[in-house]
Amino acid sequence: MSAFLASIGYERWIIHALLAVPLLGMLMVIVSPAAWARRVALVVSLVELGLSLGLWWAFDPAEGGMQFVTRLPWLPAWGVSYYVGLDGLSLFMVLLSTAMMPLLVWGSWNQIDFKQRGFYSLLLALKTGMLGVFVALDLFLFYCFWELLLIPMYFLIGIWGSGNRFYASEKFFIYTFSGSLLMLVAIVAMVWLIGQATGIYSFAYDHLLAHKALVLRQAPWLFLAFALAFAVKVPVFPFHTWLPDAHGEAPTAGSVDLAVILLKMGTYGFLRFAIPFFPAVALSPGVSAIVVALAVAGIVYGALVSMVQPDLKRVVAYSSVSHLGFVMLGIWAATVQSVQGAIMVMIAHGLSTGALFFLVGMLYERRHTRMIKDYGGLARVAPLLATAFSITAFASIGLPGLNGFVGEFLVLLGSFGRFPLATLIATTAVIFAAAYLLWAVQRVFFNPLSNPENERVQDLNLRELAVVVPLVAAMVWMGLYPRPLLRRTEAAAQRYVELVRPYVPPPVIRPAPLARAGEAGVAGRSPHAAHGEAPR
Amino acid sequence: MIRLVWLAIALPLAGFVVNGMIALVRPRARALVSLVGPGVLLGAFAVAVGVFLELRAGAAAAPVVVELWPWLDVAELRVSLGLQVDQLSTVLLLVVTGVGSLIHLFSVGYMGNDPGYARYFSYLNLFVSFMLVLVLGASYPVLFVGWEGVGLCSYLLIGFWFTDKVNADAGKKAFIANRVGDFGVLIAMFLLWQALGTLDLRELVARAPALTAGTATAVTLFLLLGCTGKSAQIPLYIWLPDAMQGPTPVSALIHAATMVTAGVYLVSRMSVLFAMAPTGSLVTAGIGAVTALFAATIGLRQYDIKRVLAYSTVSQLGYMFLGVGAGAYAAGIFHLVTHAFFKALLFLGSGSVIHAMHRAYHATHSHEDAQDMRNMGGLRRCLPVTFVLMWIATLAIAGIPPLSGFFSKDAILSAAFARGAEQPIWYVFFACGLAAALLTGVSMARLMAMTFHGENRTGDAARKHLHEAPWIMTGPLVILGGLSVVGGAVNMPEAVGGREALAAWLAPVLEPARALWPLHLPHGTTEYILVGAAVAVGAVGLLVGYRRTLARPIPTPREAPPERGFARVLNRKYYVDEIYDALFVRPLVWLSDRVLWRTVDKAVVDGVLVHGGVFASRWIGRLGSRIQNGQLGVYAVLFVLGAVWVLHTILS
Repeated sequence: MSAFLASIGYERWIIHALLAVPLLGMLMVIVSPAAWARRVALVVSLVELGLSLGLWWAFDPAEGGMQFVTRLPWLPAWGVSYYVGLDGLSLFMVLLSTAMMPLLVWGSWNQIDFKQRGFYSLLLALKTGMLGVFVALDLFLFYCFWELLLIPMYFLIGIWGSGNRFYASEKFFIYTFSGSLLMLVAIVAMVWLIGQATGIYSFAYDHLLAHKALVLRQAPWLFLAFALAFAVKVPVFPFHTWLPDAHGEAPTAGSVDLAVILLKMGTYGFLRFAIPFFPAVALSPGVSAIVVALAVAGIVYGALVSMVQPDLKRVVAYSSVSHLGFVMLGIWAATVQSVQGAIMVMIAHGLSTGALFFLVGMLYERRHTRMIKDYGGLARVAPLLATAFSITAFASIGLPGLNGFVGEFLVLLGSFGRFPLATLIATTAVIFAAAYLLWAVQRVFFNPLSNPENERVQDLNLRELAVVVPLVAAMVWMGLYPRPLLRRTEAAAQRYVELVRPYVPPPVIRPAPLARAGEAGVAGRSPHAAHGEAPR
Repeated sequence: MIRLVWLAIALPLAGFVVNGMIALVRPRARALVSLVGPGVLLGAFAVAVGVFLELRAGAAAAPVVVELWPWLDVAELRVSLGLQVDQLSTVLLLVVTGVGSLIHLFSVGYMGNDPGYARYFSYLNLFVSFMLVLVLGASYPVLFVGWEGVGLCSYLLIGFWFTDKVNADAGKKAFIANRVGDFGVLIAMFLLWQALGTLDLRELVARAPALTAGTATAVTLFLLLGCTGKSAQIPLYIWLPDAMQGPTPVSALIHAATMVTAGVYLVSRMSVLFAMAPTGSLVTAGIGAVTALFAATIGLRQYDIKRVLAYSTVSQLGYMFLGVGAGAYAAGIFHLVTHAFFKALLFLGSGSVIHAMHRAYHATHSHEDAQDMRNMGGLRRCLPVTFVLMWIATLAIAGIPPLSGFFSKDAILSAAFARGAEQPIWYVFFACGLAAALLTGVSMARLMAMTFHGENRTGDAARKHLHEAPWIMTGPLVILGGLSVVGGAVNMPEAVGGREALAAWLAPVLEPARALWPLHLPHGTTEYILVGAAVAVGAVGLLVGYRRTLARPIPTPREAPPERGFARVLNRKYYVDEIYDALFVRPLVWLSDRVLWRTVDKAVVDGVLVHGGVFASRWIGRLGSRIQNGQLGVYAVLFVLGAVWVLHTILS
C-alpha cells in the first residue's frame, strides 16, 4: 500500500486535495438540481473519505514532527504563506472528520426537506474549514480556517435548526467570535513582536515556536487571549453555555459536526499553540491550578447537569462538557500517558457522541420530540435502535472493552501522579456518567410502553444502519485494539511532553525507582525491609 | 491445553454473538438458541477441565501467561490482553464454567416460554465471557474489563424484563452501586501504578514489598471499596436484594455463585497487599463480619423466597470476607466454591418452586405473587425432588456435618478465632460470625417450612396445577445436590483425615501472603470446641426456625396483619434504601437540578454573565447613540470639555 501511495506522489498532493474537494463539491451542489443535492454531496463525501484513507498507510508513525508538509508563499509582504502539514495529533482529527462526512449526508437524507442545496453546500464548506484548522501551520491561515467555520455553522443552526434556533445560532457565533478576535490580536502581536526582534515577520508556526522566548514578557497576556479563544471552543466550564443551545437546536448533522470536530478544535489549539508557545505561563503552578480546577469542575458539573436535563439532546450536550474536561486534565498533566489519553478521548468522544447525536436525531425524526418524558419502552418496538443506543451509551460512559475507556483510563492514570486530588475527583465521573446515561436510556427505551404514539415507532432502516453500524464497529475496534491509534499518535505526544518538560513541576507522588522495586521481588520479606525510611 | 485457555472465553463470546444476532433478527429460532447457549458453556467447561488437568500434571510451571495482543501500550505502560493461568484462576475457571453449564441447562427449561429467549442466552453467554476475563486477566486493566463487563451483564439481566419500571430501576441501581465500587478499583490501580510502575498482576506481587505501609493500606482500602460493590457488602450491598428482579437462574449464576464472589477473588489475588496492610485486612474482616450478621437479621423477616436467599447470599459473602480478611485466603476461596454449589442449588430450587407456582397461577388466571412464601406451603407433595434437594442445600448452608458448608464455614470461623490472639477485636468478629450462623439456620429453616411444610396456601384452584419441573431443570439440581454433599472433600481438614487439598493446591499463589502474615490455627481441644459450637449453633438455628414458623398458622399476604415493632424494621430492611435515598440520591438530584443547572448555568453564567454582557454592550451603544443626536450645541460642549481635558494633560 505504501509503495503504491508513494508511486502516485500521495504525500505531495493529499492535503491540498482534501481541502479542495469539499469546496469543489460545494460548487457542484450549488449548480446541480435541488433533488440531486444530497446525492452529489454523498459522492463528494465518499471521494473525500476514499482519498483520506491513504493517510493511514502513508503516515509514518515513527516521525514525531510534521509530515506531508507544503509551503507556498501567499502574501509574502505580510509573511503569510500557505503552509500545511500533519502530525500524529492532527491525523485522527482529519480522518475522523472525513470519515464522518458520508455519515452526515446519510444521516440528513430525509431530515432536511427544504433548501437542500444550501444545506449540503454549507456542510461541505464547513468540512474544508475543519480540515484546514487541523492542517494549517501558518497562523494566519489557521485563523482564516478557524473563522471560516463559523459562517456555515451559523447558517446551519439558524436555518435548519429547531425551536429556539436564532437565539442558539447567534449565541454560538458571538460567543466563539469574541473569543477568536482576542486570538487574532494575540497572533498579530506575537508576529509583530518577534518580527521586531528578529527582523523576520512571519506567521509560520515553527518560526514563532522557535522564537517564543522573545515574547516572554508579554506571554501572560498572549496566552490569556489564546486560552480564551480555545476555552470557549472546548468548552471549558464556565464558557460552555453556548454548547447546550447550539447542540440542542442544531440539525443532526450540525450537532454531530459540533461534537465530533468543533469541540476538538479547542483542545487541539491548546496542544498545538497555546501551551507550546507559552509553556512557562500555561504550566505555571497558578495557571495549572486554575485550568485543572476548571477541567475537573467541568467533568463533574457536566455530568451532574446532564443528569437532570429533560431534553435528550441536551443530556448528550452536557456530557460533552464532562468528556472534554478529561482532555483538558490530560493535556495539563503532560505525561505521555495522559496526553495520549487526551488524544484518545478526543477520538472516542467523536465516535460515541457523534453516534449518540445521530441516534437522537433518528428518534426525533420518528416522534418529533426530544423530551425524555415523551418516550419509554421503545426497546420493545425498536430493538435495533435500542441496542445501538445502549452500546453507544456504554461506550460513552467508559465501559472497558469499548472506545471510551481507553482515553479516560490513560488520562486518569497519567494525571494521578501530578494532580492526585483532581484525578480523584475526576474519577467520580465514572459514577455520575453511569447515572445520567443509564437513567436516560431507561426512560427512553425501558419502562412500560405507555404512550400509544410510541407503539408505532419504526426500527432502524437500512440507511440508518449504514450510519450506525460503522460507528459501533469502530467503537468496539478502538476499545479492543487501540494499538494502531496509539502507535500513530505516540510520537507526537512524546514530542509535546518533551517540549513542555522543563516547565512541568515534578509529580506529587513519585514512582518507586524500578531497579529497587525489581530487586525487592523476594517474597516473604517484611514490608518495611525494602525501605530505608519505614513510615509508621 | 493451557495455551488454548482463550477458547474458554471465546466460546461463550461466540455464543453471545450468535444468540444476539438471533435475538435481533429471528427471535423465534429457539432450537438453535437451546443448542448454542448451553453448548458453548459445556465447551468452555471442557477447556477448563483440560487446563486444570494439564496444570495438575505439572506439565507447565504456573503461572502461565497467554498474551493475546497488545492493548494499552503507552511509553513505559505495557498492558497486553493477557490471560494468566495459575492455581487460583483455575479453581474459579472450573467453578464458573461448571456451575455455569448447569445453570445454562436449567435455563433451557426455565426460560423456555419467554419471548426474549435468545436475548437471555446472549446476555448469559456474554456474562460468562466477562467473568472468565475477570478471573483470568493477567493485569489490572484486563481484570477490570471483566470486572465492569460482569456488571454490565448483571445490569442487562436484572432489567431483563425491562417493560416493568421496577426491573429497570433495579438494574440501574445495581450498575451504579457497582460503579461506586469501580471508582475504588480505579484509584487503587492509579496508586499501584504510581508506586510500583506496573499493572501486571505477577509483577505487582513481586514488587509489592517495595510499597510503603501507608500506600499498601490506601490501596487495600480502595480495592475493598470495589469489592464491597461487586460482592454486595456494607455499605454497597443494597443492590443485591433488588437484583432478584432478574430471572431466577440469573440470580443463581451471577448473584450467588460467580460474580458476587469476585471481591473475594480479588482480595485473594492481592493477598500480598492485604497481608502487608493490617488495617486493610482488619477492615475487610470487620465489614464481612458485620455484613454477615446484619444481612442475616434482615433475612428473618422477608417473605419473597428469592429475597430471603439474597440476604442469605449477602451474609455468606460476609463470611468469605471475614475469612480472607483474617488471612485465611484458602478458606475464603473454599467457602466460595461450596457456596457456589449449595447457593446455586437453593436458587435453582426456588426457581423450580416459582416456575411451578407461576404456571399454576397462570393456568388459573390468578394475580397472586408467585414468589411470596405465604402463598406456598406443603409443596413437598408436589415438588418432591426439589424438596429433598433444597433440604440438602439448607443443611449444607447451616453447616451441618458432613455436608460441604460445614467444612468451609468452620475453616473461616477458626481463622477469625485464631486472630483473636493478636487483637481482641477479632473475637467480636468471630462472635458476629457465630451469631450469623445461628440466624442463617433460623431463616433457612423458616424458608423451608413456609415453602414445603405445613398446609398448602396456594389456593384450591391453583393447587391442582402445581407440578415438579421437567428433567432439564431437575437434572442440574441433582448434580448440584451431589456437589453440595461431597463438595467439602476438596479441602477436607487434617482433623478428619483429609489433606486440605484445596489449600495445598492454592499454596503457590498464597504463599507470599502467608509468609508475611502467618496464621496459626487452633488445634486439639480448642479446635473441637470451635467445631462443636459452630455445628450446635447451626442445628439450633434450624430447629428454632422450623418450629417457630410452623407453630402458628401462616396468613396469606392478603390476610397478613402489618408487621410491628422491630419486625417491621427488619421487614423494611432497616430503612437503608430510604436513608440512602434521602442522604445521597435526592440531595444530588436537587443539587444538580436546582443549584447547578437552574442557578449556576441558567441564572448566573447565562443570565448575568452572558446576557448581562449583551445587555451592557447594547446599553453602551445606546448611550453613544444618545450623544450623537445631531444637536450642534451638545457637540460644542463636548468639544470644549475635550479640549480642556487635553490641555490639562499636556500642561500638567
